[in-house]
Amino acid sequence: MYKYDQYDQAMVDARVEEFRDQARRRLEGKLTEDQFKPLRLMNGLYLQLHAYMLRVAIPYGTLDSRQMHALADIADKYDRGYGHFTTRQNIQYNWIRLEDAADILADLAKVEMHAIQTSGNCIRNISSDHFAGAAADEVVDPRPYAELLRQWSSFHPEFSYLPRKFKIAVIASEKDRAAMRLHDIGINIVKNDAGELGAAFYVGGGMGRTPMIAPCINPFVPLDQLVTYCEACLRVYNRCGRRDNKYKARIKILVHELGAEEYTRQVEEEFAHLLEQGVEPPHDELMRIIRMFEAPNTDQTAPNDIDRSDPDFALWVDRNTVAHKASGYVSAVISLKPVGGIPGDATAKQMHLMADLAKEYSFDELRVMHTQNIVLPHVRKADLHALWTALDQAGLGSPNLDTVEDIIACPGLDYCSLANARSIPIAQRISERFAETGKTGTLGELKLKISGCINACGHHHAGHIGILGVDRKGVENYQLLLGGSEAEDVSLAKITGPGFDENGIVNAVETVTTVYERERQDGERFVDTYRRIGMNPFKEALYG
Amino acid sequence: MRLLTGNDLKTGAVTWWTGKDWSIHIEEAVNVSGNEDEIARREEAARRVNVPYAVDAEMHDGSPRPSHIKERVRALGPTVRPDLTLKPADPEIGNWVI
Repeated sequence: MYKYDQYDQAMVDARVEEFRDQARRRLEGKLTEDQFKPLRLMNGLYLQLHAYMLRVAIPYGTLDSRQMHALADIADKYDRGYGHFTTRQNIQYNWIRLEDAADILADLAKVEMHAIQTSGNCIRNISSDHFAGAAADEVVDPRPYAELLRQWSSFHPEFSYLPRKFKIAVIASEKDRAAMRLHDIGINIVKNDAGELGAAFYVGGGMGRTPMIAPCINPFVPLDQLVTYCEACLRVYNRCGRRDNKYKARIKILVHELGAEEYTRQVEEEFAHLLEQGVEPPHDELMRIIRMFEAPNTDQTAPNDIDRSDPDFALWVDRNTVAHKASGYVSAVISLKPVGGIPGDATAKQMHLMADLAKEYSFDELRVMHTQNIVLPHVRKADLHALWTALDQAGLGSPNLDTVEDIIACPGLDYCSLANARSIPIAQRISERFAETGKTGTLGELKLKISGCINACGHHHAGHIGILGVDRKGVENYQLLLGGSEAEDVSLAKITGPGFDENGIVNAVETVTTVYERERQDGERFVDTYRRIGMNPFKEALYG
Repeated sequence: MRLLTGNDLKTGAVTWWTGKDWSIHIEEAVNVSGNEDEIARREEAARRVNVPYAVDAEMHDGSPRPSHIKERVRALGPTVRPDLTLKPADPEIGNWVI
């Protein structure tokens, strides 16, 4: 894992004290809210539906037990005993007091964390594959490159006031576990025929009110030019992106309006210019970072056998563990989606437990998934039963990864001032419905995603089944979408037709799964069947 | 009727104008029709409230109830965490919101 050096620590500590002074001046009336708002947002502090909300960055979703314990302590000391893990691998606290905010940032700084650039029109937290460094299918651990980009983008003076917020994802495998092509820049590190590593650049993706899949603008940028190419992409956007209309200000609109070919031409021109300027960080700096991400010292004699005599444990192993590059190990997913629970929420007690288990069983490492679960990336198969037993006793043993119960849901109208409808109760009722009917297992992989407004924090465009909450004359209404994917088979979901009320949308989800069960062929997932038979059979079942 | 609401500057808590002060309990809110801008300006300048604004409401069982669901959720707390609402012991309070 990356460890702060003296410069990192000094920057973060200085920012804490700067914010402490800003908050003091606001409380004393020396700053108006209009003056203070952009300052607090630069430090991740929003004013949400019920109180101030603090969004803390978890770079590329990686953290250690010390940091997870600190997050739990903040939940207990300053909030109401829980936190919410988000779809961008961050954590949010919903009940923060302004007078405590600087102390919280100081506590975070002590464990090499912060909330800088978790809001505002800047480059946000760099996200990555939650199995990075463990995945059997990766060509390299993508996190050192994500870290390099984090350092490049932190306090970057040229990119602190972009036309709009900017999100980057970095992966290094054919399987896309980070919704890479639905980011402003998606980077896939690949190996060419000569065995050299390079970065395929996908630019102009996103969800929100105008969902778009990023086109590939360069299939192979040498990794020693990674930052320079990013800088070129951002420069063209910063220069040409629209600032007159926030709904048309994201880079996806620029790429769409210019056309990918013309945008690429401008990027390449800028790139050629920047290569002459020498903006790429020294190779030694990259190597310094890479050394901090060395693979854990796994036991090469670790057994591969798992005692599957306990059926509940065997089910959890089948659903919630993923192949690891080291023999005798797996990555274990801790579901934050108990039946009827709030997706992504974890109590301070649960966070402490996950931290302790990471220390004991996973080389002191945890990951936050963009699907709002937690990963222990390096677990010996021989330790799985003990791990599962501890998780299960704490309500963290739900065996439902990638099933219809593993629902992404934004905070929705229960917490968010932008939302038009509640998301969480819909997720709760759907998971309860499928748990009751016992169909969760038979439906196989089914990714269901719910957003409470068009901003799409719940990734509804990318769900095999998506749900979008809207406001219909002051009443919550829910549109149903089908056929999306944020994986390597990326696609955007389409709306089925008229929306449903709260009861109707739960029934509608069950109806479309019934069509799938009737129509599926061997080995087909829900989304495969949808792609083969199209929308009409589902519409007929829904609307007659 | 119109209610004036905002957030407490220090805590961020949702507050409602009672005619002489701010309260977290919407039952104590009063109609401010016609005076909302003046009160909001004065109270914000005195830092007794943050970002105040007026919302439409109706009387319901003797108490004001905001017309829009967003303000009702704001007034009570998250519907998915009854324990964190202002009325954790009232099993029927969800009906007031929805």
